[in-house]
Order: sequence, then structure tokens, then C-alpha cells
Amino acid sequence: MDTPQTHQFKVIGTRPVRHDGLDKVIGRAKYGADYSFPGMLYGKVLRSPYAHARIKSINAEKALRLPGVKAVVTHDDFAPQTTAPVYRMGGEAAVNPLYLASNILAKDKVLYAGQGVAAVAATSPHIAEEALGLIEVEYEPLPIVLDVLDAMKPGAPIINTTIRRKERPDEETNIAGEFQFKRGDIEAGFKSADIIVEREFRTEMVHQGYIEPPNALGIFSGDGHATVYTSTQGPFDVRIMSATLLGLPEGSVKVVPAEIGGGFGAKLTVHIEPVALLLSKHAGGRPVKMVMTRTEMMRGATGPTSGSVLRVRMGATRDGKIVAAKCWFAYEAGAFPGSPVWLGCFTGLSPYNIDNFLVDGYDVLVNKPKTSSYRAPGATNAAFAVECVVDELAQRCGMDPLDFRIKNASREGTPSVMGPKFPRIGCVEVCEALKRSAHYQTPLAQVPGKYRGRGVAIGFWINGGMQSSAIVNVHADGTASLVTGSVDIGGSRASTAMVVAEVLGLRAEDVRPAVADTDSIGYTDGTGGSRVAFATGLAAYQAANDVVRQLKERAAKIWEISPEDVDWIDGKAVSKRNGVAPLTLKDLAPRLTRTGGPVTGRANVYATGVGPSFAGCLVDLEIDPDTAKVQVLRCTVVQDVGKAIHPSYVEGQMQGGTVQGLGWALNEEYVYDEKGNLRNASFLDYRMPTCLDLPMIDPVMVEVANPGHPLGVRGVGEVSIVPPPAAVANAVSAAVGTRITDLPISPPRLYRILAARHG
Amino acid sequence: MHEFSYEAPTTVDQAVKLLSADGDSARIICGGTDLLIQMRNAVRKPRLLVDVKAIPEMRQISFDPKTGLKLGAAVPCIEIHENQTMRKYYPGLTEAAHLIGSLQIQSRASIGGNLCNSSPAADTSPALLALGAVAKIAGPNGTREVPVEKFFTGPGQNVLQKGEIVVQILIAAPAPHSADRYIRMIPRNEMDIAIVGAGACVTLDGDKVTAARIGLGAVAPTPILAPKAAEYLIGKKLDEKTAERAGELAREAASPIDDMRGTAEYRRHVVGVLTRRALLGAAERARQN
Repeated sequence: MDTPQTHQFKVIGTRPVRHDGLDKVIGRAKYGADYSFPGMLYGKVLRSPYAHARIKSINAEKALRLPGVKAVVTHDDFAPQTTAPVYRMGGEAAVNPLYLASNILAKDKVLYAGQGVAAVAATSPHIAEEALGLIEVEYEPLPIVLDVLDAMKPGAPIINTTIRRKERPDEETNIAGEFQFKRGDIEAGFKSADIIVEREFRTEMVHQGYIEPPNALGIFSGDGHATVYTSTQGPFDVRIMSATLLGLPEGSVKVVPAEIGGGFGAKLTVHIEPVALLLSKHAGGRPVKMVMTRTEMMRGATGPTSGSVLRVRMGATRDGKIVAAKCWFAYEAGAFPGSPVWLGCFTGLSPYNIDNFLVDGYDVLVNKPKTSSYRAPGATNAAFAVECVVDELAQRCGMDPLDFRIKNASREGTPSVMGPKFPRIGCVEVCEALKRSAHYQTPLAQVPGKYRGRGVAIGFWINGGMQSSAIVNVHADGTASLVTGSVDIGGSRASTAMVVAEVLGLRAEDVRPAVADTDSIGYTDGTGGSRVAFATGLAAYQAANDVVRQLKERAAKIWEISPEDVDWIDGKAVSKRNGVAPLTLKDLAPRLTRTGGPVTGRANVYATGVGPSFAGCLVDLEIDPDTAKVQVLRCTVVQDVGKAIHPSYVEGQMQGGTVQGLGWALNEEYVYDEKGNLRNASFLDYRMPTCLDLPMIDPVMVEVANPGHPLGVRGVGEVSIVPPPAAVANAVSAAVGTRITDLPISPPRLYRILAARHG
Repeated sequence: MHEFSYEAPTTVDQAVKLLSADGDSARIICGGTDLLIQMRNAVRKPRLLVDVKAIPEMRQISFDPKTGLKLGAAVPCIEIHENQTMRKYYPGLTEAAHLIGSLQIQSRASIGGNLCNSSPAADTSPALLALGAVAKIAGPNGTREVPVEKFFTGPGQNVLQKGEIVVQILIAAPAPHSADRYIRMIPRNEMDIAIVGAGACVTLDGDKVTAARIGLGAVAPTPILAPKAAEYLIGKKLDEKTAERAGELAREAASPIDDMRGTAEYRRHVVGVLTRRALLGAAERARQN
């Protein structure tokens, strides 16, 4: 049978140079901050010094008198907003516009330090900054709550007084959402267990750490239209959200996506785009450019991801079958509802086929920034807890940790945590590939004077489908262009162009991919959920086949036969009837003019058939017993990638996610003082790993074709971040002989554990 | 950033005059790796920046085996690292200079700037303390010399008066069989700021220690000496055991705090570890001198 795994592709699976590579390497690619227009103003945001306070008054008179200042705006300058949801991501994500507007520019109360309060547009960034100091804001400080468990207690300072739990409609609460998944009989399950492990874990808030701070250049035209240039993952998301906040019809806002310097989920929403437009509106339509500082970005105007408290109890029989699991997850939402806790609840147990489980999740408000998406949002926290407990269970059963996982692994037909059965998935294949890897086959050598340990963990991510559009234009010189609405954040221009090249019988270099603005391409959901190579790739595949259909018609015309009598085989039109030589696209392209005019293929898809992903991570590390500093010695990541269109960029995603997971495990954390000020709002003190901290991350691709995609593609962008924190914690636990439950495993934390153990 | 003026005098006298004339709102800029960040964050708002990089004597490294080292305060750290004399005679100070920031930062940053910014965590300060370095200061009333251990008065604060500039750093020529070493603890391997820094300089006579100095960073309001730890070693053989004991004594000199970079208990512990390692490292080098 011809499957994506056995088919001999000419382009797919090769490693051509990416189309956008040269411009990026030499600095010619245009990122958001590179745009400028004549008469442009510069916008800056005044941010709250308090983590929780009532805004009693805002007086901008002095700021407006400063020469060069052209506009000052506050929340009240947005169109009036309600809590009625606005839908995006094909209806899958609801946005509360009142919360969205209030997060960007506070209404009545500030809920975290760093929240926007007012914004200024001026003729230079320095004047705008000076003007911020002239805006007089009178605050009435309120009690704050930073810890997720404290926030859940009765009597905690209440962040949003309108929120209620369903069963307690009279009580104010910080619990903004509750989620539950269950199956079987949890009590009976634990009764049948021979071994039970129960632990409580903690993780801290972490930032995506993208290099490029959020930016926007807004032009509010006098004719009721508006344009935004911005580095975003979701141009159509920016369109609907900006239009809503400004009270404009969706179609009158055009979003032009710039190149993007990383996003990892945080740039799927608006941060300052509506402010740039609002300032432009109040400054007579002059273009207003805004670029956040690193400090603004880190303090949370852009949304890190949740810290969490995670309680996991799991039971297994002596022979290593997991029979019951009970999870209790509380995630920090930040100042507004919407942590990814439900995704943690859904994904945490997904690698395993467990008959009896109960998962409870809580979305908890605290006086910290509103959280945003971060690569497989919610999954890493949950997997950290579950995979540490699974590791301990395997150990207590006396089983190899991978054999234990394979024995309990989800397979095709296993019901997922949400209920529907898994299609063909690669959980077992990932574990087996890890077992077979040279890394796993080589025992870790101990050295005197150091603690060394090896740890393994696996992870699951659902991946996304949703809507994409693609247009393929055939040029007279026998090349083609591909236009999509998907911002290229991980090599997707190359992979979608390769799909078109494969279908049309062209070289990858002969298909020029472009990312269009929101007026120039059909609706396309954001670059997130690992969906672009899958869904936009599907649209590109269908658009290329639409070109094939038309080229067959043209060939039929030339051959004076019926289009039904033309096949398209290996990139060529072939006549079924007579022995004429086949026609390639290059043969047909110059003849389009005289056979009916230009050929454009198009496709608009709502991609279903999403293939979920599994990844596994194996880590060797060494600990200096004196300083408690952890050094990762070796790291292998295995991932089921479905079908790797461009293997280099797939491997890059696997390595990138792994590095972020290692950083999360070892040193990354938001450190707050007692007043709710972030103490480490810089890349100096927010310690992401540098290349000097890491070994080569060895990627091993496993290709289990996704039956829901004609080329077998699965999303590959996210799942690799899920297992590393647990793998690192398991390795440290193995090295020091004490179970690690709190992230990050920074030297001061690990020192405390070692010191306590030595007494 | 606010508006400011900029001057780049070519003599120390001119620099002193400019600094003296502009009240308290003039600042010296060398590499700007601390000052520009402070200005961007509006922590400092100088009206005048006096750039000292065009003053020749502040850009020179001169060494004489009898009189020792005159290190221009504005010499970029990267030049110190690349200087064979510095590597040979002051390896500890040289490695401290080579730990600051990245190579790009080292191309801008100077030891004089590191000293005058007076951060408790400055990497070169413990190394300077260990070497018994002296700051040569020029001011409106002439020049004066201040030992580095008397230079700091608090976090970000020092003895410099209005109009004064650290022109050079003076360090004696190393005694025979002596050497220095600087190490620090950072959670990452590079591009980080010390949680604890330790500099040590030892002089040996055969197996015995005849002189020792230990400087510590990031464990007190200013970089400090650990004199009891150093005195303990005099006359003793420097080995794992005595180095360990010296580390314990150094812990007593430290008064660290909890902050976003580390806890006080961790810092106190690491003072002992780094002191031991710096001493053993310095002794290893000294034996070869």
C-alpha cells in the first residue's frame, strides 16, 4: 500500500534552504520594530506600580501640555466593552472583551504591577517617556494575594468581585473556573492497587522568553479603516480583537504581519496593537509606533504562563499496571481568568490507558500578570507531576521506566481523557525508540565527587487543526507562488512551499511562499497549536491540487482531448489516450495565456483529522555536591512527528522545545517581592539557558503517519517542551536519592534539599 | 531617556574641571555598561556625561617588575584578558575581567567602571581586594590613593567626592611564589551575575603560606575582605583541610541577604566552597611561580 511512509517523495523529506533564510541571516527581514512611516509618532504605556489598587483618578493635563505630546488615552477611550464573548480560532477560543481591554489599559482597578493604565503618543520616544512621568494617577492600594493556595482560601483578597463558583453563588471567590474529568470507579481502583504514590508538586510562573518584544504600528485612517503592522502569531486574531476594542467592524481593520522574533503562544493575542490604533485615532490619524521594552515584556504586559500546585496520587498493581489516578491541579490564571489548567487536566494522564481516574482543575486569580499561551499550554505543568509519580511507581514496581510506560501506554482505540478514542498515535513507538536509542543503551558512568543521574519522561499534546487558506499562482516562467495567512514562526513557509512543489513537480526553490495581510488572503487561524504545517499545509496541498485540475484542463485543450482523459502523474500531465509526450508545469506555464489565461489554485479548509503528538525526553546530568549546581550532560528527545516535511525544521522544533523545558526545570522562575513586584524582569536575572549551559540536544524523529492528513502530517511544534522538566526532576531524584517536587531545581533550592538530607 | 550633554576630554585635568563644574549631575562614562542601563531605567539622570576613554593614561597598562602595575581605569576588560603581562602576573584579576558579561560587554566594560559602580557583586572587586590594589584618584584638590578595601561605602556607593575620578589602579608586583585566583558561583555557565564571588591571593615559602588575602563579592553590602580566614593560613600548609577551615572562617565574614539571585543560607554556604577552591587554585599557581 502506498502510504506517506512508503511513498517515494521528491521534495518532502528533503532539507532545502528556507526561502526566508537569507534575509533573516543578513538582517534584511523586516520585523515589527523595523517599520516606519512619515509623520510617525511613538507610543509609550504608563504601567501600574501596584499589584492591586483602585484607580481614584487619572490627570493627564500636564502630560498633554508637554511639547511634542499628541495624545493621551486611557481605558475609557476604548469603545465600551461587555463580558459577552467574542470568538476566535474558528470559534474554539472565546475572548472576554472587557477583560481584554482592562488588561491592556486598566478599568477602575489595577490587578498586577506592570498593568497598563494610560498611554501617550509623542513625536519622539523620549518625549513620550517623559510625558508618562507627568500623568498623575491617584491609587488606593488594596491587599494582594500572590500564592495560588492562599488565593483559594476563604477570606483571601478578592481580585474580581463579580466571579462566583457555580455551587456557591453568594460567595466572592478567586476560583474563576473549575474543570473535571473522570472515568471508572476511583475508590475501587485504588483498592486494587498494590503500590500507591502520592505527592504534591509546585511550579513557578515562567515566561516564553521570545527575543523580540511585542510591537505595533497603528494607523487610524480618517475613512473608518485602520491598519496595524505587528509581529503577531495571529493576524486575524489581532484583527477581531483590535476591531472589537475600537468599536469598528472586523473587516475595516487590516493587519499586516511582520516577521516575528518568537512568540511561543504569547503573540496569539493583542498586547499593544489596540493602543497604537487608539493613540493614532486621538492624534489625528498619524501613524503610532510602539515597541515594548524587555522590562515591560517580562513584568507581564504580555503574559507568562501559570505557576501551579499539583497533587497527584496514582496506584499500580505489583506487576506494573496503573489502576487508578487522582489529580488535583491549581493553576495561576494571573489577574484575569483563563489559565490553561483545563489543558493540563486533559493532557496529564493522556499517555496512559487508565480505567479509573479523577482529575480536578482550578483556574485561580492572583495579583500577577494575566497568563498567555506558552508552547503546549498547561501540559508541561501537569506532565511534570504525573511523570514524576509514574517514575516513582515504576521504581517501586522494580520496572524499567520505559517498560512501565509501554505497558500502560495509550494506543489506537484507547479512550482519551476527554472520552473520544485515540486515532493511530505513536506513544508506544516513542517509548520504544527511546529504549533503542544509543543514549539509553549506554549506561551513565558515575564519577567520584559528583552526583550523576539519568531521568526519563514522556508527554502528550493535542495539536490543533482549524481554518487556513492558501492560494497558488502559476507564473509563465514555470515557477509558482504560494500565498497563505500563516505567520512563519518555525519554518512553515518552507514546509508549505515544499508540499506545493511536491504536488506540482517543481523544486522547493521554484515555489515562492508569501505571508499575506488580512485583506489579501482568506481567513486563517493563528500560528499556534502546532497547526500550520498540518492545516495550512493541507490548504496548500489542496490549492496545489486545484492547480493540477486546471493544468489537466489546459493539457486536454492542447491535446484536444477530454480533461477526464488526462492524468497527473509525478508532476506531469499524462494523456490516457494517445502516445503524446507528457507536459510538465514548466511546459504548460508559458502556454497558459493562449489556453484560457492565468491559473490560480485556491483552497480554504477547516482541518479536522488532527493527529496528536507524543514526545519523550532522556536526560543525563551531573550535580556539584558543594554548590548544588546541575549540569545537563546529555539529552535525547524522541517525538512522533507523523511525516517530517522538512526534517531540519522538525528537529529544530524538537530541540527548541526541549531547551525551553530544560530552562523551566532548572533556573527559570518569576521571583516576586512581598508587594507583588517582579524582581527579575530582565534576561540577566530571568535565567534561560544559554548555549553554554546545554549539551547538543539529540533529536530522534519517529514517523507514525497521521491517518487524518493526506501526507500523514502531525503538528510538531509544541510537545517537546512537555517532558523535560519531569525528566530532569527524575534524573536529579536519581542522582541525590531524594524525590524532587518543586521547580525550578535551582542551586539554592537543591542546596536546601541536600543540606536537609545530610542533617 | 532624558536629554543630556556629552564631553570627551583628553586629559584628566579637563575631566576633573568638567565634573567639578556641573554640580552633582555629571557622571563619568566609560563603557557605559552599567550607567546606560541606569539611565534607561531612570535610576540616574545625569545632565552631563564625561567620557574618559579619550584620556591616554587611563587607557594604558604598564608593568614594572619593581614598582608593579599601573592599570588605566578605562582599559576595556577584553584588553586585560588579551594582555600577556596581565595573564602572567595577575591571572586571577584577568579571569575576573574575562567573566564580566559577554565578549561584547567586555569590549566596553572597564575595571575602573566595575570599581566605581560599586556593586557588591562586581566580579573584579574581590580580585582587586585579594591583590591589595589601590585606587589612584584625581580630583579638584590633587590626587590621592585609596586602598580598594577602603573604597566602598555601601551598595553602589564609594569614597569618590564631587569632581573625582579613579585614574589608575595600582597593584604591587607579585612576590615570588605568589599567585591569585578568582572564581564565582552563577546558576548558568556564562552571561550571569555572581551569587558569590571569591578572590584569593597567596604567597608560599615552600609548603607554608607566608601571606594571604581573600576578597568576597555578593555576600555583604560591599565587596569585603575575609581577614580572619587569611590570617589563619599564615604559617600553615595550604591543603584541602586548611582551605576548608579558611572557608569556614570566610563564612563568618559574610553577611549575605536573600534576593532574586539566591538565598542568604545558600550564599553563606557557597562562600566556604568558593574560598576553599580559590585558595587551592591560587596555591596551585603559586607553586609554579
